[in-house]
Amino acid sequence: MSVSVRLPTILRPQAGGLSEVSAEGGTVGEVVDDVVRQFPGTASHLKAADGGLHRFVNVYLNDEDVRYLAGLETPVPSGAQLSIVPAVAGGGG
Amino acid sequence: MALYHSVLDLIGDTPLVDVSALSPNPGVRILAKLEGQNPGGSVKDRAAKAMMEEAEKEGRLVPGSVVLESSSGNTGIALAMICRIKGYRLTVVLPENVSTERRQLLEVWGADIVTSPGAEGSNGALRAAQELAAEHPDWLFPYQYGNPANPKAHYEGTGPEIWRDCPEVTHFVAGLGTAGTLMGVGRFLKERNPDVQLWAVEPPAGEMVDGLRNLDDGFVPPVFTDNDGPALLDRKMIVRARESIEWTRRLSDVGVFAGMSSGSAMAAAVKGAEQLDEGVMVVLAADGGWKYLSTGAWTADLDDVVDRATRLIYF
Repeated sequence: MSVSVRLPTILRPQAGGLSEVSAEGGTVGEVVDDVVRQFPGTASHLKAADGGLHRFVNVYLNDEDVRYLAGLETPVPSGAQLSIVPAVAGGGG
Repeated sequence: MALYHSVLDLIGDTPLVDVSALSPNPGVRILAKLEGQNPGGSVKDRAAKAMMEEAEKEGRLVPGSVVLESSSGNTGIALAMICRIKGYRLTVVLPENVSTERRQLLEVWGADIVTSPGAEGSNGALRAAQELAAEHPDWLFPYQYGNPANPKAHYEGTGPEIWRDCPEVTHFVAGLGTAGTLMGVGRFLKERNPDVQLWAVEPPAGEMVDGLRNLDDGFVPPVFTDNDGPALLDRKMIVRARESIEWTRRLSDVGVFAGMSSGSAMAAAVKGAEQLDEGVMVVLAADGGWKYLSTGAWTADLDDVVDRATRLIYF
């Protein structure tokens, strides 16, 4: 099934300048792999050497961080929105 | 009322107030911990005081010392107040896109302000502070993102206060910045009751992330990793500016005049409350509303406020 994936600014040059791409997959991991398949230049930005997510990358499924759902195994329902967001220092009041 | 010897003694022991009138689920109570009641106006008084006292204990601060910190406002304000009381000088690296009042409060307590580019967000302010710290090794750089005294202040203060006032707590919901509040309170509550759920709330990344030039400039606070944050947290979610402002306004319906990150935490709690059968949620209201009056958060057209908020750092 096809889901929409929002890309951060720093990944757009590797994805033909697109801010949002369409990808296939039933889990977060499958969708991320499909993004990498379509845009191989994103691979080193998204995946760690061990196949997990890059430590400075957060993936949100409908605004929930997937690391606290089931990680890459998290099922992706039809019509879901995935967002890939680099981890940065936030707030810090 | 007691007689206090110093404003520093007024930090902590904040009230917990029932705001269940705003709960969408009669089975779920929602309580707000009002950190705006701290003398410097925010939860950051706790970490700032703890970091300064720790440095004093270690002999790294003497009268006249210079303190340096990066802050989107509240930590800077707390440190400025404490430095003024204790006779230290303070330099704060502040992103340019914070509310006017945050800057004004730093000026009240005489802090020197170094401005960092708004597009780089807190990340940029932190980087600039690290550069300044390297140039001035004699300055004290508490480094709130990595200072163990930050979560410790919550492990020893905020957490025990919540447990004392509400041992039936099932969920703790707070904003994620340095992770100090979540790690300290989370550790304490889970030691008492491992079933307590710890929920982190974040603002949308927005411009902060657009300013990132390289993924390797990314950042996860050492306070988060050192406390095994990924294992401690149960849920982390983004709350959009519109919901944050809507819930900041709703909080004022029950008399709670709190800042926009409190609205974010409240929005997350309400969303969670709809998914639960029952529970008692404690929501951390990190600061009062005073510093956001200039944004029109309560009174201006909602679309306009949302638009302005997307360019503002309010966590």
